[in-house]
Amino acid sequence: MPVEKAQEALIPQISMKNLNFYYGKALALKNINLDIYKGHVTAFIGPSGCGKSTLLRTINRMYDLYPGQHAEGQLIVDGKNILDKGVDTIELRAKVGMVFQKPTPFPMSIYDNIAFGVRMHEKLSRNQMDDRVEWALTKAALWTEVKDKLNAPGTGLSGGQQQRLCIARGVAVKPQVLLLDEPTSALDPISTMRIEELIHELKRDFTIAIVTHNMQQAARVSDFTAYMYLGEMVEFGKTDEIFIKPKDKRTEDYITGRMG
Amino acid sequence: MNLVVKRKAINFLALSLSLAAMAFGLFWLIWILWMVFEQGVSSLALTLFTQDTPAPGSAGGLRNAIAGSAIMVGLAMFIATPIAILAGIYLAEYGRTTLLGKVTRFVNDILLSAPSIVIGLFVYAVYVAQMGKFSGFAGALALALLVIPVVVRTTEDMLVLVPNSLREAAFALGAPKWKVIMMVTLRAAKTGVVTGILLALARISGETAPLLFTALSNQFWSLDLNEPMANLPVTIYKFAMSPFADWQGLAWAGVFIITLAVLILNILARVVFRRAAAQH
Amino acid sequence: MNESHKQGRFGDWLFFNLTRAFAVLTLSMLVGVVISLTWSAWPSIKEFGFGFLTSSEWNPPAERFGALVPMYGTIVTSLIALVIALPISFGIALFLTELSPTWLRRPLGIAIELLAGIPSIVYGIWGLLVFAPIFGQYVQPLIGGTLGKLPVIGSLFSGPSLGIGILAAGIILAIMIIPFITSVMRDVFELVPPMLKESCYGLGGTTWEVVWKVVLPYTRVGVIGGVMLGLGRALGETMAVTFVIGNASLLSNFSLFMPGNSITSALANEFAEASPGLYTSALVELGLILFVITFIVLTCSKLLLLSLEKQSGKS
Repeated sequence: MPVEKAQEALIPQISMKNLNFYYGKALALKNINLDIYKGHVTAFIGPSGCGKSTLLRTINRMYDLYPGQHAEGQLIVDGKNILDKGVDTIELRAKVGMVFQKPTPFPMSIYDNIAFGVRMHEKLSRNQMDDRVEWALTKAALWTEVKDKLNAPGTGLSGGQQQRLCIARGVAVKPQVLLLDEPTSALDPISTMRIEELIHELKRDFTIAIVTHNMQQAARVSDFTAYMYLGEMVEFGKTDEIFIKPKDKRTEDYITGRMG
Repeated sequence: MNLVVKRKAINFLALSLSLAAMAFGLFWLIWILWMVFEQGVSSLALTLFTQDTPAPGSAGGLRNAIAGSAIMVGLAMFIATPIAILAGIYLAEYGRTTLLGKVTRFVNDILLSAPSIVIGLFVYAVYVAQMGKFSGFAGALALALLVIPVVVRTTEDMLVLVPNSLREAAFALGAPKWKVIMMVTLRAAKTGVVTGILLALARISGETAPLLFTALSNQFWSLDLNEPMANLPVTIYKFAMSPFADWQGLAWAGVFIITLAVLILNILARVVFRRAAAQH
Repeated sequence: MNESHKQGRFGDWLFFNLTRAFAVLTLSMLVGVVISLTWSAWPSIKEFGFGFLTSSEWNPPAERFGALVPMYGTIVTSLIALVIALPISFGIALFLTELSPTWLRRPLGIAIELLAGIPSIVYGIWGLLVFAPIFGQYVQPLIGGTLGKLPVIGSLFSGPSLGIGILAAGIILAIMIIPFITSVMRDVFELVPPMLKESCYGLGGTTWEVVWKVVLPYTRVGVIGGVMLGLGRALGETMAVTFVIGNASLLSNFSLFMPGNSITSALANEFAEASPGLYTSALVELGLILFVITFIVLTCSKLLLLSLEKQSGKS
C-alpha cells in the first residue's frame, strides 16, 4: 500500500484516546491522546522511564506476556480498539511489527529467520517464499550482503547486519505498522546511519513509530515527534516545529540538554 | 606482635589442612579409578562381547548383560525424555509463578535426590506385582522415572536462561506461544537440554538398585521385554559378591565398561555445554 | 480470521495442556510412590503397628519383623559418613574457592564433579574387593589398639577385624558423598559478594579469618543445606553400602566393626527372593520408612538452600 508523501491529508493509522497503562497498580502512562499518521515516521523522545517504550509495547500488546500489566482507554488500530478483551493478539501482531533494542536473531538460518513470521500468517509455495525472503531482505538493504549465505545461521552476522535482519523479518510479514524500540542503541555509528537511511526508505510502505533516546536521530528520521515525561504526553507535533520552537518549557529544556 | 604471629600460625595450619583435604579427596579418586582401570584391563577380552554370562567356575562373557543394559537404558530415555522436556517447558514457560509450577519444581528437586531403590520398589508395586513377573520393561520404567527429574531440571534451567527479548521478538511477529517455544526458545536452549539428557544417561547407565527387583537378571541371551532381562549392574553385583575368581574378573570388566561409559558421557556433556556457553 | 491463526490458537491450547499434564505427571510420581508403598506395606503396618520401629527381630520363617536393625545401620553408616565427609568437603571447598591457583581451579573442580558421577556400584566393588581387605588387615587392628582401648567409646571399636562391617560401609559412603557436599559448598561460597570478603581482607584479615568470620557466617544456611543433601544421598545409597556392610540382621553389640544391615542393603539382598505376603510387605515398609526419612531431610536441605538464594538475591 504505497502512500503518497507529505502533501496529502494526514490519515491516522493509530489513535490513542485517554490511554492509561498500569504496571500492577503503578500508573505508567497517563491519559495519552495521540494519532500516529499513516505513511509517516513518528518519534517518541523523553528521558529514561518516561514511558515511551511502554507506549510502544502497548500498540502490539506485548505487555500481555507479563501478568499484572494492563492498559485502559482506547487504542484504535485499523478501526478496532485493540485493548478490547476479544482481540486476537496474533492477528494484531501480524499488522503491527516490532524491532527491538538489541538484535534478536532466532537460532536458525537467515532464510528461516525471515520465513518464520511469514509462515505464521500465510501459506506460500516454495517459490513465493523465496521471492518474499528476497523482497524483505532487499527492503532491509541486506540482500546483497547475505544472498550467498541464506542457509548460514542468523547469529553469525555482525550486530548491524543482525538488526537489519530483524527489520527484514518484521517487514516480511507485510505489516501496516513497524514499531522500532531504540533500534540503534546497541549499534556502532556506521550501522546506525544505515538503519536511519533504511527508515527513510521504509516509510513509503509502512507507518513507523520509533522510540529513541538520541534526539539528533529523532530530528533526522521523523516527521512527527512526541515528547514524553513521567508518563505524560507533554508535546506532540511536526518534528521541525518541536525542535525549532517547542511550545512547552519542559520540551525545550530537554531538547536543549538542560534536563535528561 | 604475639597476636599476629598466632593469627598467622592459625591461618597457616588451616590452609595446610585444606590442602590436605584436597589431596585426600584426590587420593581416593585416583585410587578407585586406578583399580578399576588395572583390574578392568586385565579382564578385558573379546569374549566379553561374544559370549553370555557363564555358570559359576567356567569362562564366558557379558554379551547378554551389555545388550540388556543398552536396551533398557535406551527404552528408558525414549520414554522419559519427551515427558521431561514438556514438563520442563511447563515450569519455565507457563508455571514460573503458578502454584502448580512452584510445587512441581520443589517436588522435582526432591525426586532428583530420592533413593533410587525406592523408585525400584514403586515400579515393583505398581507394575511387577500386578503383572506377576519381573521384566525388562519394568526395568526400563524404573530407569525412566530416574531420568525424568534430571531432564526436567536442566530443561527448565536452560529455558530460563534464554533472554526474554528473543521470546518477545517471536511474539511480535504474531507467532502463537507454542510455536515461539518450540521453534525459538527451545532451539536456543537446545545444547543445554542435550547436556541434561547426557547427564541423565550417565546417571542411569550405572544404576543398580532400581533394577534389582524390576528387571532382575537373566543368565541367558534374551531380548524379550516381558521376561527378566540381563543387565550389567546387577550382573556385576551378583558376580562381585560371589567367591569365584572367574566371576569376579567379569565383574571388574563390567565395572570398567560402565565407568568408562559414564566418564565419557560426563565429559561429552561438559564439552557440549562449553560449546553452548561459548555461543552466547 | 485466517485458517492458520485458528490452528495457532488450538495449538496453544493443546500445547499448554500437554506440558501441564506432564508437569502434573512429574508431581504425581511423588504422590504415587507414597500411596503405592503404603498400600503394599499395609499388611505389615497392620500386623506390627508402631512396634515395627522398635523391634530388632527379623525372622522370615516365623514371620516376625522389626525395622530397628536396618534403621540403626542406615542411620549409623550415614552419620559416620557425615562425620568424615564434612570436614574434608569443607577443606576441599575452601581450597577450590580461596586457595587454589586459578589455573588449577577448573580441572580440580571437574575432577570432584566426575567423582560424583561415578556409579555407586563402582564404589561398592572397590570397597569389597580392594578396600575392605586392606582395611581389615592393617587399619582396623590399629584403630582397635588405640581408640578401642579408651573407656566408653572403646566399645565402638572392638571385636574382630573383618574388614567389612558398619565402619567400612560408613567410610565408603563418606568417599561417595564428599563430592556432593563439596560442590554445594563451593557453589554457596561463590555466592558471597566479593566486596564483603575484600572488606575483611582490607582490615588485615588472614584468609582463614575471612573464611571463618565472613564466608561461613554468610553462607551458614547454604552449607547446612549442602550437608543435608549429602546426608540424603547417604541415607538412600544402596550399592556402596550393600557390598561392604556384611548383611547381618542381628544386632549383638554396638561395635562399628561388626557386620550389620541397612534398609537399602536389606532390600537389595532379600526383596527379590522374599516370599509374597508379610515378608515382602515388611520389606516395602522398610522402603517407605527410608523414603519418609530422606524426604524430610531433602526437604529441609532444599528449604535452607532456597532461603540462602533469596538472601543473596539470586533466585
